[in-house]
Amino acid sequence: MLPHYWPTLVTGDPLIYGADASIGLVSIAIVFVLTYYKKWGWLWREWLTTVDHKKIGILYLIAALLMLFRGGVDALLMRTQLSRPNLHFLAADHYDQIFTTHGTIMILFVAMPLIFAMFNIVVPLQIGARDVAYPYLNAISFWMFFFGALLLNISFVIGGSPDAGWVSYAPLTENQFDHGPGENFYIMALQITGIGSMATGINFIITILRMRAPGMTLMRMPLFTWSALSASIVVIYAFPALTVALGLLLIDRVAGAHFFSMDHGGNPMMYANLFWIWGHPEVYIVILPAFGVLNEVFPAFSGKRIFGYSTMVASFMAITIVSFLLWAHHFFTMGAGPGVNAFFALASMAIGIPTGVKVFNWMFTMYRGRVRMPMPMRWAVGFIPNFVVGGATGVMLAAAPGDYQYHNSYFLIAHFHQVLIGGTIYGMFAGMYFWWPKMFGFLLEERIGRLAFWLWNVGFYVTFFPQYLLGLMGMTRRIYTYPAGMGWSSLNLLSTVGAVTMGLGFLFIVWNILYSVMHRSELRDVTGDPWNARSLEWSLPSPAPHYNFAVIPTITRRDEWWEIKKYGRTEDFRPQPGEIQDIHMPNNSGRPFLFSVSFFVVGLGFVFEWYAVVILGFAGVLAIMLHRSQEVDVGHQIPADEIRHEEIALGRL
Amino acid sequence: MNGNQQFLVLNPAGPVARIELHLIVVSIILVLIIVIPVMVLLAYITRRYRDHPDNTAPYMPEWSESKVLEIIWWGIPVAIVGILGVYTVYDTFALVRPPMKSASPLTVQVTSLNWKWLFQYPGQGIATVNEVDIPANRPVQFVITANSPMNGFWVPQLGGQEYAMPGMAMQLWLEADKPGIFYGHGGNFTGRGYAKMAFHVVSRPQRDFDRWVKLVKRSSPALTQSGYAQLVSTQSNTPTLLFSSYPAGSFERTIRHQGGMYMQRDLSIINADR
Repeated sequence: MLPHYWPTLVTGDPLIYGADASIGLVSIAIVFVLTYYKKWGWLWREWLTTVDHKKIGILYLIAALLMLFRGGVDALLMRTQLSRPNLHFLAADHYDQIFTTHGTIMILFVAMPLIFAMFNIVVPLQIGARDVAYPYLNAISFWMFFFGALLLNISFVIGGSPDAGWVSYAPLTENQFDHGPGENFYIMALQITGIGSMATGINFIITILRMRAPGMTLMRMPLFTWSALSASIVVIYAFPALTVALGLLLIDRVAGAHFFSMDHGGNPMMYANLFWIWGHPEVYIVILPAFGVLNEVFPAFSGKRIFGYSTMVASFMAITIVSFLLWAHHFFTMGAGPGVNAFFALASMAIGIPTGVKVFNWMFTMYRGRVRMPMPMRWAVGFIPNFVVGGATGVMLAAAPGDYQYHNSYFLIAHFHQVLIGGTIYGMFAGMYFWWPKMFGFLLEERIGRLAFWLWNVGFYVTFFPQYLLGLMGMTRRIYTYPAGMGWSSLNLLSTVGAVTMGLGFLFIVWNILYSVMHRSELRDVTGDPWNARSLEWSLPSPAPHYNFAVIPTITRRDEWWEIKKYGRTEDFRPQPGEIQDIHMPNNSGRPFLFSVSFFVVGLGFVFEWYAVVILGFAGVLAIMLHRSQEVDVGHQIPADEIRHEEIALGRL
Repeated sequence: MNGNQQFLVLNPAGPVARIELHLIVVSIILVLIIVIPVMVLLAYITRRYRDHPDNTAPYMPEWSESKVLEIIWWGIPVAIVGILGVYTVYDTFALVRPPMKSASPLTVQVTSLNWKWLFQYPGQGIATVNEVDIPANRPVQFVITANSPMNGFWVPQLGGQEYAMPGMAMQLWLEADKPGIFYGHGGNFTGRGYAKMAFHVVSRPQRDFDRWVKLVKRSSPALTQSGYAQLVSTQSNTPTLLFSSYPAGSFERTIRHQGGMYMQRDLSIINADR
């Protein structure tokens, strides 16, 4: 008989009870505050129904930071458990759930929303557009991500979290070894957020290809937008593989099929291949936008144009294509044979070439420039040594016979954390500090930011360099404890000290944000261009008005805004009263939110194998889609007078 | 073990691990050719071109192309990847062959169970759990399967790991070139008891190995069919065990049972062992 689960509250552990209590208290506090200040209407009108890319970007950013907190707590719990040999702070079962949710959250619910936040906040402004190509779909993307994340997070409270690692390999995740709703939570959460990601990929490709301001050819586009284009191309080709892998695994688990089980002709190796055909491009999805951020930050803070624009574009495209040719390096030891391993080894080394070229381009952007070091630049400069070492260990891992000794050891863990944190997170923090004033109208305070950076940066190296050594000492990953006498104890303790330091760094980033909000009047960005930067978004006030550009500018060259400033012609970019016309804007809608709630219900149904609930959820999805398809009026006009008033109030007319 | 000897990967005790360590060292040297100049350049550039009022370094805000520089930093990485690639391909193909052509190999069948390792010696008729004894200076062909989720068989001082998969017979050549006791552990997560899937490889001179085999046959209990079934079904760790015999064909049956009946390649491997 196929398993059938009742959702039971996870019990038996004081840590879980404590977490449940704090979740409950925070939820009650939020409801109380919203009710007391009568903000439910505001919440619905301004945030839950918005289709404005600028607000959606902010929503992604907030969600990512919250998830970074949750994933970071997971990390600290693990590091505490591993700080000494034979500790029993966490039992094996708990530890296994924690490393699974840590990895899943960090990649799918921190890195992805961070890059989507940047795309949303920046791309339409950089290309001179008023929104993305499909604003309604954009909102769906966010809420699907949100409810996918919510689904994974509540596994902690009811039913139990997945515990088979963030890759969730078969046959471990087949019913024979891992029955229970935990793994189903993983599958459904990722399927739901995956739909959102694919929609974002489509949305941004069309936006970038079709909605650039007149005169902005592809080769006049800012490089961050190029990175968004490349990453979006990778998204639309990679995510279907994940959908298939998880879909087939779900069918195995709920319907007793044998795609990846060992018996009846199944093949677990197929899961590994399908998963990693997505999984490898996925890590390029999250790093390409980080490269894009640096391509904006380095020129801005060197007072100099980016070195090698064309090479940067070529290397973005090369990385996009080659990233699909590497997946088997995640399982060199699965016995594919020397020919296959050799191919993937060579390809994995080769992709380091266009990547390395970018590092040199950034350094020679600073060369013969005038380098300033406010916070965005600190994160960008900090990225370089970190990512270069991470990339170097990547080339080492690509040498397949060497990988036979590194695979699934702490050497591997150190490598991927170095490229994911030193690469993606540093890049995204640089972007967050850089575009914060554009989003909110005030800067993040420097001194606290600097302290946060140094805590994080030093903490990072102290956490992960010992782990390279631990790998060479034979310590494998995903073990909840280890014996004394292997020589691993002091390095593990050192790594834990580093992790705590990084945790402090995170807290100071949060404090940086809170402090800056409280002191925003002193930190206000009055010009719209606090950094004296180069691209179009800096020609707008901070925060940008609802409709972005009163008049879409015409572009004649790269870095148009910078060139305009150079020749003292900034008034040319200001709208003339006669030029302003009515602007057509999309309507807000509550349907994306409700659509995603319906998918959440579908997900819950599959998790506990209640098919009545699944049908109910799909009925909701269908009903909402039908309702949308009947809609005749899409959008509203902002009258030209209103825009003129707004522009006068902003001091631009 | 003390100090440096705890770096198992850097202290190979056999030719396979030595080949792998050699490639690791080559790769470190090659990547340092990039890493060190980048660090030095970064430190230099961020200082020299800092935006100070009295900085006299040249400021050329439009300078953004240089054929010479592009040739250097495309050319050197291509050369590095080329060199490393040649070494990598060579070693990848070399490692599928036995480490030593002269001596006749010993075959040991490895089964990953939840959560212990079972070793069967088809040539000697004995079986062990969580300890595998081998003769020094003789290539050992490990034939690896799993009656558990996908695991990995890893003895860092003797060589890199190979996955243990249900329904499959994976082959791994290892050899110890000196007597000793070598640490091993599972290399891929298999569930709750995975952290305790350590085992040991004990390498002895050939004569001592033969004596050890005779001792096990004389004085250890037999692994019966029901004993084997119990080993498989009990979901826990197990101490080191020695068996004077094991049910004939149990390794092959395990593979077939776990889906190996569909895998021509694996069937041919286990049939060739007969």
